[in-house]
Amino acid sequence: MSSRPLAILDARLLDPASGRDERGGLLVVDGRIADLGPGLGAEGLPPGCEVLRAEGLCLAPGLVDLRVMVGEPGAEHKERMDSAVAAAAAGGITAFAMRPDTEPALDDPAMLEFVARRARKLRSVKVYPWAALTRGCQGERLAEMGLLHEAGAVGFTDGPRALADARLMYRALAYATAFDALVAQHPEEPRLAEGGVMNEGWTALRLGLPGIPACAEVVMVERDLRLAEATGGRIHFAGISTAEAVAVIRRAKERGVRVSSDVTAHHLLLTEREVEGYRTYAKVTPPLRREEDREALVAGLADGTIDAVTSDHTPQDQDSKRLPFEQAAFGVVGLETLLAAGLELVHAGRLSLLRLLAAASTAPARLLGLEGGRLERGAPADLVLFDPEACWTVTEEGLHSLARNTPFEGRRFRGRVVRTLVDGRTVFRLEEECGGAV
Amino acid sequence: MVGGTRRRGNAARRKLAAGRARSYGRDAMAAAAQRPFPHRHLLGIEPLSREDILFLLELADGYVELNRRPEKKLHTLRGLTQINLFFESSTRTRTSFELAGKRLGADVVNMSVSTSAIKKGETLIDTAMTLNAMHPDVLVVRHADSGAVALLARHVACAVINGGDGRHEHPTQALLDALTIRRRKGRIEGLTVAICGDIVHSRVARSNILLLSRLGARVRVVGPPTLVPAAMARYGVEVHHEMARGLAGADIVMMLRLQTERMRGSFVPSTREYFRLYGLTREKLEVAAPDVLVMHPGPMNRGVEIDGVVADDIHRSAILDQVEMGVAVRMACLDALTRRLREAT
Repeated sequence: MSSRPLAILDARLLDPASGRDERGGLLVVDGRIADLGPGLGAEGLPPGCEVLRAEGLCLAPGLVDLRVMVGEPGAEHKERMDSAVAAAAAGGITAFAMRPDTEPALDDPAMLEFVARRARKLRSVKVYPWAALTRGCQGERLAEMGLLHEAGAVGFTDGPRALADARLMYRALAYATAFDALVAQHPEEPRLAEGGVMNEGWTALRLGLPGIPACAEVVMVERDLRLAEATGGRIHFAGISTAEAVAVIRRAKERGVRVSSDVTAHHLLLTEREVEGYRTYAKVTPPLRREEDREALVAGLADGTIDAVTSDHTPQDQDSKRLPFEQAAFGVVGLETLLAAGLELVHAGRLSLLRLLAAASTAPARLLGLEGGRLERGAPADLVLFDPEACWTVTEEGLHSLARNTPFEGRRFRGRVVRTLVDGRTVFRLEEECGGAV
Repeated sequence: MVGGTRRRGNAARRKLAAGRARSYGRDAMAAAAQRPFPHRHLLGIEPLSREDILFLLELADGYVELNRRPEKKLHTLRGLTQINLFFESSTRTRTSFELAGKRLGADVVNMSVSTSAIKKGETLIDTAMTLNAMHPDVLVVRHADSGAVALLARHVACAVINGGDGRHEHPTQALLDALTIRRRKGRIEGLTVAICGDIVHSRVARSNILLLSRLGARVRVVGPPTLVPAAMARYGVEVHHEMARGLAGADIVMMLRLQTERMRGSFVPSTREYFRLYGLTREKLEVAAPDVLVMHPGPMNRGVEIDGVVADDIHRSAILDQVEMGVAVRMACLDALTRRLREAT
């Protein structure tokens, strides 16, 4: 914990949990928010207090990313814990949940302990593990959900491998109700998606690439909604990509199914047209879809049908991407562009700033059962200070991640992280000319 | 070469020659011979304009005559190195490119890269850079993945000709088909062309649709819905799932091979059923134009997509003409793509 108290003064306080959006100050004592509000100024601060003048910059709860691939263990050449944490901090992310489909998979309490120890040593962004839903993420036998839950798993998933076996999913959802655990599914019927590398449709047809039909997603979403309804389990759809799935989830929420979902930042901004020229940096799962789908995803996020936005950070080395499209690996990095990508929708008037922050912090924290994601007295001082107007251009060299597979290379974003704090400690600080660094 | 002596051939040959004489005068060909080609590579039909296509066809017309002479060798590409890099097995296309290069005087090297060698670790880009270091002037590349030839082309300094990439494009096949049609029918504009069979997995279909539409033909695609998706209509073609309607009044029927190697799972229940519903037979052909021309890019599966009797019908089948035109078209492509290089030296 930081020894000196810290006051951030004259900031635009944004708390999506309470709807607060006002000019004021925030006081951090012992890593927690001790006080905040418009009345908090330079007078009456504790002795020895460090003062940071925000000059009107936005101060919000640090982002919580639902799904991040860390290369440890097994793929350290793609990303290590330290590089992932540095990238997250640079993106204003103060906590993330790490995918369990590592090598070996996070399907054993000892593995969770390994993750916790690695993250603790870095004393930076908080890392929480998803646990494997099935052993080895192989989709055949349930992992020890009870023991993994006790060991700190924030939820259960097999990562980008959809659990195809309906009976196993039925059992998993039923079993998970014993400890009210979240079960996340990659919403894609594997047999329908088999061999596909991009959205099925006109672009795939022209490029001669095998497609993944939109129905592969909605079929799985509808199936699992029925299973969740039948068992009372909590189902989370990780990475929705189609307008149909948004509509189906909206109806399910209306009838009270315990369902949640997220969308990636790249699905909110990009479409299948990115694949033109066989750009493997646009090869993701689920695939980028049509403009109509992108529109529906933005609308679904705005109206709360989709709970959260995630980076779905999936680092790949150059050798996995500099290949013919069909052979290239899936995935893009996104920790460092998550906030900026979301702000693009805010600037375009498609999303309110508070709704974006709710989807990027409050909602994911609630889904994972974490205490962050809000600005209130007693909450951990996990904070992001950002300049919503500062412009910057994404370059591969500028990334903190070991991997370079961003789909936003060369894109100019408006909105930039200036400082990130975890438990009141600064874990990232923008050093550059741009954006009025504090 | 243009006015070279022509050997007497069979009836089909005479028709081909007549077609040429009817529509293309020497002036057009002389003009073609002068024009530079505005592309560095030939990666597909998509980037080619109507003028580019006509230019290549004019040029190829001249090479048809050359290829019928006993003395076939030119020195146009003397000193240049052509590498035929085939990641996918092929006999006719590779041989055709090899003959084309040799007749133009190039040094031709064939490289067949088996998929197992790729699995040993060398990536496509490594292979490209390795070959590039040997200073070839033209690379002819065939690869099982769509887009792979374009990817390779970004890493080499020489001209690249796409000899077929996955399901994407096979531009020289479309050019040779167009040349065959033009010489047999005297034109392409206004003709009704039915492309039948496994469209979705076919690079030949894609290149032909693009090229024939660009030259003003009415194109239809015919086959079962699993192999001819409705989205094909966005190419501006008619989509038919029934042979009788697809072939009605067609001037050209182009049959495609059922590409079982590119299929995952069952697209058609059996070859027996496929032949019954979509195989080309004399009976099915009756609804087509009386002077219908039957084409097939080869290799044929007799009794699967085409009845042997139709394939061998000398009056209707243009299948061997296609092979002949293939060498001429590839010579034209090699000639066109090396022009700037030859002028520079």
